Amino acid sequence: MMDRRTGLALMAGVVAAGLVARAAPAQENVQFIPSLVYRTGPYGPNGEPFANGVADYYNLINERDGGINGIRIVFEECDTQYNNDKGVECYERLKNKGPTGAAVFSPLSTGITYALIERATADRIPIFSMGYGRSDAAYGRVFPYIFNPPANYWSQATSIIKYVAEQEGGLDKLKGKKIALVYHDSAYGKEPIPTLQKLEGMYGFKLSLHPVAHPGLEQKATWLKIGRRVRPDWVLMWGWGVMNSTAIKEAAAVGFPMERFIGNWWSGSENDVKPAGDAAIGYKSANFHGAGADWPVHKDILEYVYDKGLGAGKRERVGEVLYNRGVTNAMIVVEAIRKAQEIHGVKPLTGEQIRDGFENLDLTEARLKELGMEGFMLPLKLSCADHEGGGPVYIQQWDGQKWNKISDWYHPMRDVVWPMIEESALKYAKEKGITPRECPQG
Amino acid sequence: MEVLDLVLFEPVRGILDAPLFFVEVLIGGLMSGVMYALVALGFVLIFKASGVFNFAQGSMVLFAALFFVGFMDAGVPMWLAFLLTLAVMVVLAFAVERMVLRPLVNQPAITLFMATIGITFFLDGLGQAIWGSDVRRLDVGIPEDPIIVADIFINQFDLFAAVICGTLVAVLALFFQYTPTGRALRAVADDHQAAMSVGIPLSTVWTIVWVVAGIVGLVAGIMWGAKLGVQFNLSLIALKALPALILGGLTSVPGAIVGGLVIGAGEKVAEVFWGEVLGGAIEDWFAYVLAMVFLLIRPEGLFGEKIIERV
Repeated sequence: MMDRRTGLALMAGVVAAGLVARAAPAQENVQFIPSLVYRTGPYGPNGEPFANGVADYYNLINERDGGINGIRIVFEECDTQYNNDKGVECYERLKNKGPTGAAVFSPLSTGITYALIERATADRIPIFSMGYGRSDAAYGRVFPYIFNPPANYWSQATSIIKYVAEQEGGLDKLKGKKIALVYHDSAYGKEPIPTLQKLEGMYGFKLSLHPVAHPGLEQKATWLKIGRRVRPDWVLMWGWGVMNSTAIKEAAAVGFPMERFIGNWWSGSENDVKPAGDAAIGYKSANFHGAGADWPVHKDILEYVYDKGLGAGKRERVGEVLYNRGVTNAMIVVEAIRKAQEIHGVKPLTGEQIRDGFENLDLTEARLKELGMEGFMLPLKLSCADHEGGGPVYIQQWDGQKWNKISDWYHPMRDVVWPMIEESALKYAKEKGITPRECPQG
Repeated sequence: MEVLDLVLFEPVRGILDAPLFFVEVLIGGLMSGVMYALVALGFVLIFKASGVFNFAQGSMVLFAALFFVGFMDAGVPMWLAFLLTLAVMVVLAFAVERMVLRPLVNQPAITLFMATIGITFFLDGLGQAIWGSDVRRLDVGIPEDPIIVADIFINQFDLFAAVICGTLVAVLALFFQYTPTGRALRAVADDHQAAMSVGIPLSTVWTIVWVVAGIVGLVAGIMWGAKLGVQFNLSLIALKALPALILGGLTSVPGAIVGGLVIGAGEKVAEVFWGEVLGGAIEDWFAYVLAMVFLLIRPEGLFGEKIIERV
């Protein structure tokens, strides 16, 4: 039996060791990047491949390149379970870690993004909400630390409507058509509504709204209404997690054709279609990056990460849609840090300095090729005023085995979206007493 | 007056204008109710025999489904996967009795309830630690194409679920009514001390009831897993069963079924005809409101035993 003094001495030793361990990274020449993930909870199945993609890409940069220009990446995960409270808790726990504090946060949750906007802005740490979060945060003059490239939900909604219009024979042919939106009844799911309502006014289609309560296990009533009463020409979906596969099954159960059912880019992963089985064949979704493991970057990940036993997930899942999205997220973060190093020098950088990297990010075709991602996504350029980039999307279709790209890239209707973004952002600025900053680009 | 018309009369006019559609929604709701009842049954069995509200029932559904689909994915034939999972649930029942219930004999009900919360977290973690948190497709060969009867859409999967649930209830009713073990379970449910005084071993009865609840959990897990894919969310379907339990009464097997049917039909009709007026996505909270309204009229639930406490 351990006596009291020995116990105290051991405890003191453990605490001291802990302090040394915590202090150690601060002495090193590393860049700390926190990773808000959800590997557990109701949305864990979707959070996990994304988190794996992020972790594998950071490991690739460390193992293949020795870090970003020699500055190794240290990253730490914190599981939010897609819960806003836990997201804020994770943020507070990680924001001061590393020699220069957190480089950037990617919350992978619109709700957590909303909860962090003011905190992160006050702490001068960028929030990178890639293709989610607050749409009007694209307006850099009001949201200096929030970035949502390559496209926000409003932009995506216009791109999807352009695809629908093309199938119908042109935007003028949308008049009188019925479009239903099935959405997760949350801040995330409601994001496209203002844009779709605006487009409804412009093009004369009839929009009906169908919220689904979290997590979306039961949708029979919603789909009976859609399939048997509303009978829309097209159904769009802003879903997440189990809601997506359930919606696909229920849509099939009421005989709605999958070819006319389009999910957004968070409703188009393998996890959404595989549980639905054959019912999902023909289902479509938007995407802004490649699906599959056919790019040189994947070859490198397998060689430098998985072959060394450092892979975060299963080797055979490298290349899934959500995995690739994690890779895309990590790649943009790394490129923003690289750009920030060009401006502020090659050393561990603060969040404020990395913000400058994001605002000067210019991912050209040539750069994407160097990264082993040529054709994986289209070039992306951000600025002080434009934190979104107005990136295009394409439509993919599930054939029962894999996702296939079935359309060209659709650029968003920026003439529609940008005035909405500006109006909404300026309204937010007025409410919060923010004076929009000046940006060189206007 | 306009609001009253919108909330009360407009939806009713909607029903009268499309009676066939109303029947379709009603049938769809009843079918969903059967699936809720499947989960509710597990709660009732354990509460009936031990007075413990088993918070872990939803997790048992997930746990069983994870093992079943895990075995099937490993190439085990379906019938063998069923038997192997059954064995896992039996082991679980023994473990729960030995490690959780036995040390807590004669403790207040709330203590046992808290212990089942602990079991919930343990099962959620253990199941996913063994099988991972990926979404797994479960195909048990039940057809899912809709059939149309008199222009009414009926999902074949739901019909199968109804038949399976009905069979399960019949078997459970026979088991409780006509077997010595069933009678022992009922005796323990009525009075632990009296049952023990006539030689009924409490620990054996508790183990049996957890085994039966595990089997019900397995059947529910297979049906819900086939419907949604096997994933963490299966543990949340307990939340859909709770209103059915409240309404049907915690101690009645038929109550769980009727409760499930009423909740299923009620929430679907409410969502379709009242959803738009009340902002949509109302079916989850509406189920609880419906259950609470019933509670105001019958606090013990539709079929629950009336508790008479003498002063």
